[in-house]
Amino acid sequence: MLDIKNLHVAVGGKEILKGLTLSIAAGEVHAIMGPNGSGKSTLAYLLAGRTGYDITQGSVTYRGEDLNTLAPEERAAKGLFLAMQYPVEIPGVTTLTFLKTALNAQHRARGEKELDAMSVLKFVRKKAEALKVSEDMLKRALNVGFSGGEKKRLEILQMALFEPKLAVLDETDSGLDIDALKLVAEGVNALRSPSRAMLVITHYQRLLNYVVPDRIHVLAQGKIVAEGGKELAHELEAKGYEHIAGKAA
Amino acid sequence: MSSAARDTKKQVAELGEKYKYGFVTDIEMERAPKGLSEETVRYISAKKDEPDWMLQWRLGAFARWQQMREPTWARVHYQKIDYQNAYYYAAPKNTPKKQSLDEVDPKLLETYNKLGIPLHEQMALAGVAVDAVFDSVSVATTFKAKLNEAGVIFCPISEAIRDYPELVKKYLGTVVPVTDNFFATLNSAVFSDGTFVYVPKGVRCPMELSTYFRINASETGQFERTLIVADEGSYVSYLEGCTAPKRDENQLHAAVVELVALEGAEIKYSTVQNWYPGDENGLGGIYNFVTKRGDCRGDRSKISWTQVETGSAITWKYPSCILRGDDTVGEFFSIAIANNFQQADTGTKMIHLGKNTRSRIISKGISAGQANNTYRGLVSVHPKAANARNYTQCDSLLIGAKCGAHTVPYIEARNPSARIEHEATTSKIADDQLFYCLQRGIGQEEAVALIVNGFCKEVLQQLPMEFAVEAQKLVGISLEGSVG
Repeated sequence: MLDIKNLHVAVGGKEILKGLTLSIAAGEVHAIMGPNGSGKSTLAYLLAGRTGYDITQGSVTYRGEDLNTLAPEERAAKGLFLAMQYPVEIPGVTTLTFLKTALNAQHRARGEKELDAMSVLKFVRKKAEALKVSEDMLKRALNVGFSGGEKKRLEILQMALFEPKLAVLDETDSGLDIDALKLVAEGVNALRSPSRAMLVITHYQRLLNYVVPDRIHVLAQGKIVAEGGKELAHELEAKGYEHIAGKAA
Repeated sequence: MSSAARDTKKQVAELGEKYKYGFVTDIEMERAPKGLSEETVRYISAKKDEPDWMLQWRLGAFARWQQMREPTWARVHYQKIDYQNAYYYAAPKNTPKKQSLDEVDPKLLETYNKLGIPLHEQMALAGVAVDAVFDSVSVATTFKAKLNEAGVIFCPISEAIRDYPELVKKYLGTVVPVTDNFFATLNSAVFSDGTFVYVPKGVRCPMELSTYFRINASETGQFERTLIVADEGSYVSYLEGCTAPKRDENQLHAAVVELVALEGAEIKYSTVQNWYPGDENGLGGIYNFVTKRGDCRGDRSKISWTQVETGSAITWKYPSCILRGDDTVGEFFSIAIANNFQQADTGTKMIHLGKNTRSRIISKGISAGQANNTYRGLVSVHPKAANARNYTQCDSLLIGAKCGAHTVPYIEARNPSARIEHEATTSKIADDQLFYCLQRGIGQEEAVALIVNGFCKEVLQQLPMEFAVEAQKLVGISLEGSVG
């Protein structure tokens, strides 16, 4: 699904990722953990194709294609989804309008039939219930005045609607209380599937108690410094990043 | 199909018929001599078969205009207009009609396509003489009959001057006096045609009235004059659409619109202005110097202006309300988009004269490319206007780093009970907003259109339904290529 080889990425001329190698197969859930400034969000943005994040060395292959040749919206249409750490507000655009526009843009790009407003509404309602995204939220302007929990639930709702092949979750747990965290984690778990890969980026181990990964990678100073199974998260929690990173160095 | 489109079809149908029946005479015969003189004014008046009082009115305006100077206070820059190097009257251009869409400027067709105007309407708008299109005569008749039944007069102003002289005399020039300003005075002298609407007492006009204006190089319509009178307790909603073909030279458009609302009457006036804005290097485009003003003459009357200004090289336009009667309401909802080298200096004047008068101003300015967009507005509360209230909200949105947004509010309160609120914001389309849309599969241009439409939502909501859809699409089209 995703093959990252010796990836070096610069942001504004400064190298942030320094030789990252990572491979995720369909059906797997991987977690990337790491301290602040280790390059976690850089990886997320690079995968999604944000401008200003340049590959200086190495490669990223997504479902057999060189990811670097695809525009961000093409990546989205080809099933790459990034749940953002800070979902943006778009005043005046209702959430439902946004969802319809995005769904249809992806359908168009894939040569599929576009959905009319009623079909979108039905589809959205069906998925929204489980995530407790209310009808009222759908009518409000996108993310405007939403609480932290509402914003994150809406990200997961979009993930459910777009049915991506590869979902990258960037600090989806940040700013959530325990109830909201459980709700979001349930939403994520419901989307685990043999045909879908997930990359969960997080600072803390607590999300991984609910979304249990197949594999954990520890990122420090732009490189993977440790790898292991789900038990690695507990070790990190107990001993801290410095201990693990130091051991690797 | 909107009634605007029907109107256009009818007009084009008439032109087409003239051609079909070999009506083409020497076009020079239909044109006033170049330049502006008393001769020109007399020529126009004679062509229109006008009564003497109208000619005298025009001559008075012309005499006055000769002593006036072009205003320079607006934040717009352009080469001096040579008023003697232009034609002030030209009958419909009778050059051979285009036989198929292949001969029409593809960019124009593209625009119609994007606006969702069906093919046969495109042909009508592009002036293609295709017989099958022109079956709208009966449609136009039923629509006239319905208005007649209600007693509503809706006709070209040249016709009204002949058929309803008393009404025209009573109201023409009473809102925008002949001496008002350079461009309005010029218009008073040389106006070629326009629209007249009269809604009788207590009548709610049974349909939206609309006119589709179009400038062609040698066609009439560059100096239209519109007069709408809503008698006591009546209601009318009027829509105006404008398009112009692409030309390298700048063309002057100096229209005057006067609205009169008598006691308890309401007038809603909406404009979607899409005159040719010039190309991406700033070549060509319409100079749109327009005076629009409404007079809430009777108590409890209301006038609402809604405008979506996407076109023109230069827009100089301040649709205003004189709140003369007590308890009158004036509203101004505006979206002004300036891209590439467009310049817009637009806003409103709310003149509070009566007691308990209220006004509301919502202005959304969008600048992209190297364009400059200025909101200029006056809220004036006169000494006798007790308990006047105004709320003004001016929001500017910038796209890119080379454009400008300016807000110039003037506030004069000469009654201590006045309550005036002014809010202004300036924002940019943030990179993270764009990235968010892209990540969800929405392409760059669709994303900009989506964000800008969200920004303009409060104003778009004011437009009648069928216009709102068109306007939303237009917003997207006029900003194409502004990011990237």
